[in-house]
Amino acid sequence: MIPSKFDYIKVSSLNEAIELLDKHGYDAKILSGGHSLIPTMKLRLNSPELLIDISSVPELNSITLEGDEIVIGANCTHHAILSSEIVNAHINLLAQTAKCIGDIQVRNRGTIGGSLAHADPSADYPATVLACDATIVVQGKQGERSIVASEFFQGIFTTAIENDEIITSVRFPKVANGNYQKFYQSASRFAVVGVAVVKEENKVKVGITGVSDTPYRATAVENAYDGTATAASHAVDGIDVMSDHFADVNYRSHLAKVYVKKALEA
Amino acid sequence: MQISITVNGKAYSHDIEPRMSLVEYLREILNLTGTHIGCDTSGCGACTINIDGVAAKSCTLLAVQANGASITTIEGMAKGNELHPIQEAFKEHHGLQCGFCTPGMVMTAADILKNNPSPNEMEIRHGLEGNFCRCTGYHNIVKSIQHAAEKMNS
Repeated sequence: MIPSKFDYIKVSSLNEAIELLDKHGYDAKILSGGHSLIPTMKLRLNSPELLIDISSVPELNSITLEGDEIVIGANCTHHAILSSEIVNAHINLLAQTAKCIGDIQVRNRGTIGGSLAHADPSADYPATVLACDATIVVQGKQGERSIVASEFFQGIFTTAIENDEIITSVRFPKVANGNYQKFYQSASRFAVVGVAVVKEENKVKVGITGVSDTPYRATAVENAYDGTATAASHAVDGIDVMSDHFADVNYRSHLAKVYVKKALEA
Repeated sequence: MQISITVNGKAYSHDIEPRMSLVEYLREILNLTGTHIGCDTSGCGACTINIDGVAAKSCTLLAVQANGASITTIEGMAKGNELHPIQEAFKEHHGLQCGFCTPGMVMTAADILKNNPSPNEMEIRHGLEGNFCRCTGYHNIVKSIQHAAEKMNS
């Protein structure tokens, strides 16, 4: 499988990438690890005329602790995240999530920025980003802005990123008690259902991926939470549940309840 | 586009189309056909190579992305006539049947053992999540990697 023809420019600064994005509009795509983008190009689902490779932009590669926030550069690979001391110490939930993605080879190349920008409805990070109330930081011609997770995911492969904007980092709060539970699609290892739970005193925050065409906060579960796992029965309340050849609506709804229960009990 | 790549210690420079995948470059331009193309969509792991110290699927890398990188393929594992301990273990312990997945298995095994020199069986099986063997010969593949680990640690 060979993609359509395109031009390739490797930039050394964010501004250079933003200038190019602004100039080429929808004909250009940002490339970092390429593990979401390249397969879609090979399948000709996506045919950009220009790839802007940001993998060498130095400021996008760091994981730092800034006050109470863990700041993950957009170019950080899943492997860098799961093996980061800062992540393991302050937001183990994120390390757990990164560990569930793909396989060794994919985790060595795929990046958090790429995964979030691609917004695959079966990707793992969205559940965790939502449950943590993380903030996605983007930069464009108009400067930098922060998008809260609840406003970031807008539909299947659709996000709040504007055409000239690039994800630069993701800011997470510290999470003491959280866990991620996933039912794998056994060949692709994407999530048929993925559930991230953050527990705070008597409250829980629940993010769910794979179930609907947009990842969501399971507010019905959060409102019904009484310290036990019985609230899991509300996992798909008010949700338009996806159906595909891996799992139909009934089975996927059942899985969502089971995996919310597992995450609440963990 | 002009790229310069080091493959198995040897420097190469070629003018290629940006859309050429790394695996296609290795096989068609460098004639290093040990790296196989299986699914071609980053699922099966047959195309696994090592790029700048980490295992990656060369079907999902553009050759232009590897510009300036140092790559090891299956052809770079043996030293002359002396097989790499992982290759030797696959040979000794019947770690292959048809052999199609083997180069990818060996390259992934090298990554597993680099990060975890003494993995247990489950750790090896989890490590091989991105490599498919259609002969279903996993039992002996895992056994081979266990023996390779012992030999490399001794």
